[in-house]
Amino acid sequence: MAEASESTLSVDVWRGAAEGRFQTFAVPRRAHQTILDVVTEIQRDQDATLSYRFACRVGMCGSCAMVVNGRPRWTCRTRVSEAVTDDGKLKLEPLRNFTVVKDLAVEMVAFFDKWRDAKGHFTPGEPQADFQVVPPATLERKAADAGIECIGCGVCHSACDVVTWNKDYLGPAPLNRAWTLVNDVRDVGNDARIDAVSGSAGCHACHSHMSCTEFCPRGISPTYSIAGLKRAMIRRALGRKL
Amino acid sequence: MTAILFIAQRASAAVLAFAVTVHLATILYAVRGGLTAGEVLARTRDNHWFFAFYVLFVLAVAVHAPIGLRNVLREWTPFHHRSIDVALALFAFVLLALGFRAAVAVYLPPEALLG
Repeated sequence: MAEASESTLSVDVWRGAAEGRFQTFAVPRRAHQTILDVVTEIQRDQDATLSYRFACRVGMCGSCAMVVNGRPRWTCRTRVSEAVTDDGKLKLEPLRNFTVVKDLAVEMVAFFDKWRDAKGHFTPGEPQADFQVVPPATLERKAADAGIECIGCGVCHSACDVVTWNKDYLGPAPLNRAWTLVNDVRDVGNDARIDAVSGSAGCHACHSHMSCTEFCPRGISPTYSIAGLKRAMIRRALGRKL
Repeated sequence: MTAILFIAQRASAAVLAFAVTVHLATILYAVRGGLTAGEVLARTRDNHWFFAFYVLFVLAVAVHAPIGLRNVLREWTPFHHRSIDVALALFAFVLLALGFRAAVAVYLPPEALLG
């Protein structure tokens, strides 16, 4: 058992897949160290068999998301000082609600299948002009802008209890993407999209716990997007244009 | 189907928010100085507003409660098929019947009830 001290971190790291155990590593504490730095140091200096995923290291790709001391977050943008317990301990787990491939790396296919199922792709109509202007001040544009910066890291999916309870639930990120497209005035796929997100696995399943909103590293509120989808569904059911 | 149930539940919730508030406020106001059952009935008998209000209340309950219960059962139990809808339609009917019976009992005079 690694002892934590002012100069050393005691890091419990999940090893295995669905079945596994925590392995404890002692890692020197350094100035401005991120959680990703800690994982990388373990992998390079102590155990080369440790599996994890990262790419950009600057909060653009979203691939390094893990559960750090119980909170899903980007490890590259989380300093040790923000996450560590008072007694110098870290507990690193793979994202919840995903199938674990090995150690800290998870399978993202089922997650992105849900983006497809929520019709989270742009459906082009007839071009209105060579370059269609969507004025930034319109309500639709503002609503789309509020959710458009999602990079698909899976932190909200990991944070959501409804995803845990209901394996069919589309989840916060796909529903947020659907909402940005509902508000895209160039898109013509809303009939199919609202149908896709209206079922018991869609926006109605959301309990508005707001865990997705709490944990989203981009500061997006999928909860509000999902509430928007509910309103859009009502307008459509009552026969009004979206 | 889900869309209709969702709208029905939200609309009935809006009615209930109003009805429950009026219901509780009336009870608190009416009994503040002490009131016998006979005195209550004397005020409710033949009061059309009272009867209309409680009919609306009962309708809202019969719509709202089974839909909510359906969601709970579908989320927390293995029952997902049609039988759950049939059972909850029956539950709605029971709520309607019991509610109407209570509303009628305090609205109509005893002679009318006894035939």
